[in-house]
This record gives sequence, C-alpha cells and structure tokens, in this order.
Amino acid sequence: MTAGVLLLRRDAGRAAFYLGPTILILAVAVGGPLVFTLGISFTSASFLGTLKDLSFVGLGNYVEIAGSPQFQRAFFVTLKFVAFTVAVEMLLGLGAGLLLAEQFPGRTLLRVLLVIPWAIPTVVSAITWRLIYAPDFGVLNALLQQLGLIDEYRSWLGDPLLALYAIGIADIWKNFPIVALIVLAALQTVPQELYDAAYVDGAGVFHRFKAVTFPHILGPLMVALVLRTIDTVKVFDIIWVMTRGGPFSSTKSMSMLVYERTFSNLEAGSGSAISFIITLICIAFIVVYVRLLRRQGS
Amino acid sequence: MRRAIILTSAILLATIVLAPVVWLAILSVSSTTDIYTVPLHWLPAEFDLSRYGRLLSPDQSGHTSPFLLALRNSLIVGVGGTALALMAAGLAAWHISRSHKGEGFVHAMVATYMLPQTVMALPIYVMLSATGLLNNPVGLALVYLGFLVPFTTWLLKTGFDGVPRELDDAGRVDGLGRFGVLIRIAIPLARASIATAALFALLMAWDEFFYALLFTSNAAAKTVTVAIVDFTSGRISDYGLVAAAGVVAAVPPVAIGFLLQKNLISGLMAGGVKG
Repeated sequence: MTAGVLLLRRDAGRAAFYLGPTILILAVAVGGPLVFTLGISFTSASFLGTLKDLSFVGLGNYVEIAGSPQFQRAFFVTLKFVAFTVAVEMLLGLGAGLLLAEQFPGRTLLRVLLVIPWAIPTVVSAITWRLIYAPDFGVLNALLQQLGLIDEYRSWLGDPLLALYAIGIADIWKNFPIVALIVLAALQTVPQELYDAAYVDGAGVFHRFKAVTFPHILGPLMVALVLRTIDTVKVFDIIWVMTRGGPFSSTKSMSMLVYERTFSNLEAGSGSAISFIITLICIAFIVVYVRLLRRQGS
Repeated sequence: MRRAIILTSAILLATIVLAPVVWLAILSVSSTTDIYTVPLHWLPAEFDLSRYGRLLSPDQSGHTSPFLLALRNSLIVGVGGTALALMAAGLAAWHISRSHKGEGFVHAMVATYMLPQTVMALPIYVMLSATGLLNNPVGLALVYLGFLVPFTTWLLKTGFDGVPRELDDAGRVDGLGRFGVLIRIAIPLARASIATAALFALLMAWDEFFYALLFTSNAAAKTVTVAIVDFTSGRISDYGLVAAAGVVAAVPPVAIGFLLQKNLISGLMAGGVKG
C-alpha cells in the first residue's frame, strides 16, 4: 500500500518535471487568455492600452452581434472566401498531385518548386499579389491589355465585387501546393499491384481513379480539406495587407472585424464576443480534424 | 496524346507557381522608369541593384536601417523562440512518447495549436504591457511559445517514438535514469526529427504577422513581416523597394522550405504551419 502511494507520488513528480514547462507555457499563453477573453465578452469593456469599463452585461454583446448587419456581412464575407478558396485549392491541389505522380522530365524540379509559395511568408505573397493587381502599373493590367482582353486598366482590389476573389486567388496560389504535396504523398502509398490488377481487368483511366486511387487518397484529402478550412476561417493577414477590409467592407472577414472593434473602436467587449464565436467555429472543425487524425493513425 | 497533356500541364503548373515570384524579383531590380512605363516593357532595360543597398545600409544620419533592425528582431524572435520551445517540447514529447496515455495529450496539442490568435490577443497584450515586455523581441518570442511548443511537441513525439525501447533498457542497465536516457540516447538518435522541428519552428516564427503587428510598434522591436507591411500602408510609392524587401524577407524561409522538402508532409499533417 505504502509502496503503491510512493510509486504514485514518484510518477506525479516525474510527470510534473517533464510536462510542467509545457503546461505552464500553454496555461499562460493559450488557456488563460482564452478564459479571460470569454470573460471580457460578457462585459462592456473598452480598450485603449488598458481595459476600462468592465461592467457585466451578460449575453448583451452576443445579442447585439446576432442582430448586427456588420457581423452578418463579415460572416458571409468569410463564408464566401472559405468556399471559394478551399474549393479551388482542393481541385487544383488534387490535379497537381496527380500530375506529379506521373513520370515526365523535370518532375523532381517541379516538386521542389511547389515548396516556394508555401514557404514564402504570407505577407510577402500578399504584397506580391498587390503589386500584380496594382491599378496603375500592375502586371495583370498590362498582360490583359496587351492580350486585348481589357480596354483600359482596372482597379482589381478597388472593386467591391472583385476584391474578395482577387484576394482569394492570392490565397489559392499560396496554399494549393500544400494540398498537392499531401495528395502526392498519399498517392505514393497506393500499391502498384492494385493498378496492375485493375488494368488487367480492363478498367479505363477514369474507372481506375474511382476504384483504386480515390479510395486510397480520400483520408488525406479530408485531412487537407479540414486543415485548409480551419486556416481560412481565421483569415486576417492576407486581407490586412491587400485591402484592409475595403472597399466598402467588401473584404472585411470576421477576424478583421475583431481587430477593428477591439483595437480601433474601443469595443473590446463585443470584439471579444466575435473572437469567441470564431473560436467555437474553429473548435467544431478541430474536433473533426482530430477524429480524422485518429483514424489515419490506426 | 497522354504525354502531351502531361507535359503541357507540367509547364502550366510551373508557370503558375513561378510567375508571381519571378515578377517580384524583376520588379526589385527594374529601374523606376521601366516600372512606370505604360505599356509595360516585360524585361527591364538595365539591372538596378541599388534598392537592396538602400534597404540594408544606414540612413543619411548614420542610423542603422529600420529594415536591417527588423531582420535582426525576426532572427532574435525566431532563434530564441525555437530554442525555448524545443527545450519545453522535448521534455514533454519524451514523457508522452514513453507513457500509455500519450495520444490524448498529442491531440490536445494539435487542438491548442489550431485555435485562432484573435481570441488570445487582447489578454496577451495586457500581460505584456503589465510586465514591460511590449515592444520587445524577447516578449514576442515568449508569446510565440504558445504555438511553437504544441507544434514541436507533436513532431518530437513522433521522433522519439522511433527510438527503440530496448535502448531505454540498455541505458538503465548502464545506470542511466529516464532523463539520462533522453540526453545520452534518445536526443542523439532523434536528431533528424529535432532538426525538422527546429526548422518548422523557425519558419513559423519568421512568418508570424498578427501578434507582431499588435505587440510591436517601434523599430527596436518590429519584425520583418511588420516592417514590410509598413512599406505598403497607404499608396505604394516605390514598387521596386517594396519588391526588394519582399525578396529579402522570402529568401530565408524558402531556403528552409527546400531543406524541409522531404519531411514536409509529416509536419504539415500536424497542423498546417501557417495561420
């Protein structure tokens, strides 16, 4: 009995030594702030270097947000952005992954090149695309005009109907390589015998893809889908650099709205509430993601 | 026919991937006249490398260039954050790797890592402000531990799982404790995973923008991502200078990306690096 208790205590001490630093860091840098923000979201707090007016308003901020046209707009901006970028990233990534699994000269080089958009800092890729789209001397205008596709230069990021999709294209360029590399890695685990067998059975290209390839890469493809969705729901950096949420709030995502309310409009309470709503959406996807990882692991 | 389709697609893909980067590089060495000519000349008449010099050399009054300071700050934050993260994550990963309930802890790490930064920013600002660590690269490095530690724990755990348990027992016979086995046996054997984790962490810290935007506001602390975006606030006055800054900021992470090439996917599955 005593020996058992001693052993247990030794185990606890050992766990504290190994896990202590990590748990401390995560409590201070993640867990604590999360709870704190949840608390703030129930107050009318304002923020200007320090927090003020911490009076309790219950669910007041959440009620205000639910009826706020600003939030609804930011929600649909985010939804459109996620739907557009993630869908194209998946399709382009799948296509590029399948291509790279083929034999052709320069294949290894092309694989290496795919790392470039992924490795470039997000803000640098955002700046690059902003220069490409520039209304006065941008290369996209020059290209389209010299090809005779447009008559005069346009302001791609200044058009409320186009801006979000223009940013979306920049995001797709940066992130489809990840999907492609995940697909490629998955393709390399498909046993060649299965293809040979399907070939002998007289299955055509399309049928072989449906019966052999697709079932094998479905798991990793789902992982990539959820991964990209979580990332895109939080979108901030690329929008901040390319349009700051404009023109006329047409690119103001939920995270942009949190920034605006919390750090420029002295509305820390409602800003915190919106950030908590984003967090809940993310948590829903994270649960799916962890389930997928577990299934992949087994 | 099939071959023609494959080759055409390959060329198309290479063009999509390379065109924006090549354009950035061309802009950075084009003379101002070439950039602002309509219709555009696709290749500059002459190579103008002066912007790289201007970015990195002191201003007229002899002060270090703000961009060079930003590079230094990013280096401090990246190296400092990575070193601290590896120490904490190494201990945790070793414990998890050798215990029965490791999987749940790893999933908690993945989940922690994927939470949005927007929800943590305000309280962290208040904490940094209270401890005098606002506008301080060390403070920023400490904040980055919040995502570097969970991410590297995941990678290191996989690395330590690859160290055979029989070697633990052999170490014990030689009189090593659990910590001794970690230092003498596991770390040397898992050094490839440790290097991968370190490179990922450096890349993530170099890329980070949101926290850096909020927690640094002067040249002594701004990191390279914030410094570059400063160039582009409002109307961009000198395309070439912005492009040159972008190229300089992109070179270290792209080099790291090439080094990571082989281990990319295992790392990406842990949570997709950017966010």
